[in-house]
Amino acid sequence: MSSLVLDNLSYQYNGTAVIENLDLTVAKDEIVCLLGASGCGKTTTLKAIAGLIEAKQGKVFIDGKLVSDEQLFLAPEYRNIGMMFQDYALFPHLTVADNIAFGLAKMPKAQKQQRVDEMLELVHLIGCAKRFPHQLSGGQQQRVAIARALAYKPSLLLLDEPFSNIDTQVRFELIADIRRIIKAQRVSAVFVTHSKEEAFAFSDTLAVMHRGKIAQQGTAEQLFSSPSSKVVAEFLGQGIYLDAEALTATEYNTAYGRVESFAARGSQAQLGQLYIRPHHLLLTAVSIGEEGINTVTIINSRFIGSHYVYKVMIAQQEIEVAAQLDQSFKENDQVTIKIKPHTVNFFAS
Amino acid sequence: MSFKFSLSRWQSFAWVIGTVLVTPLCFLLFESLQGDSEVFSHLWETVLWDYIRNTLVLIFGVAVVSCAIALPLGWLTAYCDFPGRKQFEWALMLPLAMPTYIIAYVYTDLFDYAGPVQIALRDWFNWQSPDDYWFFDIRTLPGAIMMIALVLYPYLYLIFKTALREQSFKLVQASQLMGLSPRQSFFKVSLPLARGAIVAALALISMETMADFATVNYFAVSTLTTAVYDTWLGYYSLTAAAKISGIMLLILFIALMMERFSRRDQAVFERQSGVNSDALYSLKGKHAWCATTFCCVVLFFAFLLPVAVLVGYAISYAEQAWSDQFFLYAWQSFKVAAIVSIITIGLSLLVVFYQRIAKQQYPLIPGRLASTGYALPGTVLAIAVLLPLTLLDDKLNAWLEPLGFVPGLLLSGTLFAIIFAYVVRFYAIAHGAIESSFMRISPSLDMASQSMGQSQGKTLRKVHIPLLRRGILTAGLLVFIECMKELPAALLLRPFNFETLATHVFQYVSDEQLELASISALSIVVVGLIPLYFVNRSMEQRS
Repeated sequence: MSSLVLDNLSYQYNGTAVIENLDLTVAKDEIVCLLGASGCGKTTTLKAIAGLIEAKQGKVFIDGKLVSDEQLFLAPEYRNIGMMFQDYALFPHLTVADNIAFGLAKMPKAQKQQRVDEMLELVHLIGCAKRFPHQLSGGQQQRVAIARALAYKPSLLLLDEPFSNIDTQVRFELIADIRRIIKAQRVSAVFVTHSKEEAFAFSDTLAVMHRGKIAQQGTAEQLFSSPSSKVVAEFLGQGIYLDAEALTATEYNTAYGRVESFAARGSQAQLGQLYIRPHHLLLTAVSIGEEGINTVTIINSRFIGSHYVYKVMIAQQEIEVAAQLDQSFKENDQVTIKIKPHTVNFFAS
Repeated sequence: MSFKFSLSRWQSFAWVIGTVLVTPLCFLLFESLQGDSEVFSHLWETVLWDYIRNTLVLIFGVAVVSCAIALPLGWLTAYCDFPGRKQFEWALMLPLAMPTYIIAYVYTDLFDYAGPVQIALRDWFNWQSPDDYWFFDIRTLPGAIMMIALVLYPYLYLIFKTALREQSFKLVQASQLMGLSPRQSFFKVSLPLARGAIVAALALISMETMADFATVNYFAVSTLTTAVYDTWLGYYSLTAAAKISGIMLLILFIALMMERFSRRDQAVFERQSGVNSDALYSLKGKHAWCATTFCCVVLFFAFLLPVAVLVGYAISYAEQAWSDQFFLYAWQSFKVAAIVSIITIGLSLLVVFYQRIAKQQYPLIPGRLASTGYALPGTVLAIAVLLPLTLLDDKLNAWLEPLGFVPGLLLSGTLFAIIFAYVVRFYAIAHGAIESSFMRISPSLDMASQSMGQSQGKTLRKVHIPLLRRGILTAGLLVFIECMKELPAALLLRPFNFETLATHVFQYVSDEQLELASISALSIVVVGLIPLYFVNRSMEQRS
């Protein structure tokens, strides 16, 4: 049984559609990430799942139970959902232990204490029970928030950009830590972010959202190697479009030479565009006799320690390409550009 | 004119201002600790304990009734959406403009034996005499509590609503996701988080309640305020009045400590940034209807009805109320208020500027000293001002007598006393307003001006004052309005035959003839509405 099913969900705010006919399924024990630019409706979707807003069109099922449709609206307190907020929303007037125990109101005292202790151990905060939220570091507060959200064994955990307030240096450590905790508790989760790095590190599957709809859902590899639309391709990483003609399903002709694909994509004689990412490009010094063929000019160069980054202009689009340290070019140098064989992203026109 | 003051000159200005404005309080403290006075021991042995009890019951009662009115209102307007919410949000502040003695008079008129309500009831049920039925008497301690609470609840309403708005909605949402109903989450999350704000507001309300003179005097409920008034005007005993004032200072001190303490609490809790403007719950059907009705009822009884009655008086008695007296007293009020506004602005500019340029230790002390008068109830302030002024008058007369010149009560018996008292009382308002706009001026402007060879005086004149124009205007306006409304200090300090609008209205209230002063009363209400406009505007900017 799926932990969450959204069926044709729509929501309007002041007359504008924020979510439109959205479908989403979260399997048991799965972590799904709603990934999208700000304003794409991902936080609204999360609120509709939690019951913090009333979506009047479409259905929401949690653990197979209908909680919201045109007639029915189950208030948030009856949905058994855990939620982790961007600013954690810890109660500043309660201690860490009281925050964690907040959702356990109906439990007998001894059992409650035991559960709080378990959670403190799970999030490595034993000894902090009596402290107040403002006495904790950002990372510690976050772990209290996850402990609080999981303490009452919710059917589904919702996470609303929980890592955006954390320093980049420790962010990925924390992401791994929270993922470990969620997996240990065997709970399904929906995670919202605009950062694909966080999405890759945290979730099992990704659902890219665009203009209130799910553009594509799948694993990171699936989305990255075969995006269903330009929106998905662009969101998962920088690149440029080159006009191309499919010679066969695995061979394409472009203005910068032939490109080989590891997997079949277009069909013969089909016209369209290839989405080329920086790591598919190779810059080399212009060899004698090949001047003028596939050459581009270095617009600027940056040294960033492990390698160089060169900005070049290809087909009127700027792109930054990484190059090894032994390939040193200066501004205004001419270089030859090659496209390495890869699994292409081909969009027929 | 050239300003060439060195820092020490600014410093001495600031300290002189601070010292002069704190002098009355020092005299009062000194006098209240003096040895026994006959009048005071007599009061102590007879009625003083009753007065203290009445005062405390009044404060407690007003606090309870204010909570009952303001907490639901604050929660509704901060968290819920219902018909009229946007309008109620500002309209519910309006009662602050209503002087308590006016509302007290209006309700007495309505609910008295000869008032329309009882007449209608008697007609309806065919009752013949007061023995046939029971009807509450409004001119009692509970009546005074209701009247004062109807006017003061907006303090709690405003502060509580703001506190709720500043709490992150997410805290409430989090509690709901963990299984709490809206009612439970109000008691377990919103209310504990706003506790500091509530205590601070109640401290403020207690101070205002204790300072109230007009209502309790009109209702003949004896409290410490009326005791101070009677002791001075009845027994001419400044010492006894000072001693009673000392007791009030003690209560005041407790209220101030409560306020301070709760603020410390609040500092920890207020970590959320941003202010919520959307509603958390959208009320429908019966609930929405109840919310709208509750707001309507409060607004009706606290503001609309009294104003309507006043307007009614003004129309029926237009000829008598629209008198030369009205214009004379309005002019006198205006004159005093304008002079006090100009003086307080001048003084606070000097002190605040000193704070800005001071490099010595404790630059804030002169301002703090000068601001202490604000907390004093009007009657206490009047006594405090009279103490040094009568002493000075005595000395002056003693010095000048040999020269064949007897000036009389040059300071304590003239407008000087009233103006000095108002300056002591309202300096803090001007200081606060000017200080906050001063802080918005970047210090680098001072450095830029000085690096271009301008002295500090010139910097103040050419850079700060133009930039402070709005702050100065606001400060002036606020002081002006407070002066127009102030009653107890004016009653005790006004020279013979001198009336302000407030004393004029109160006189007629006491004589049961408010109808004849209805236009003056309406003017005071209208003037009182002006600061509410500013409060509302600044709240809207925040959200």
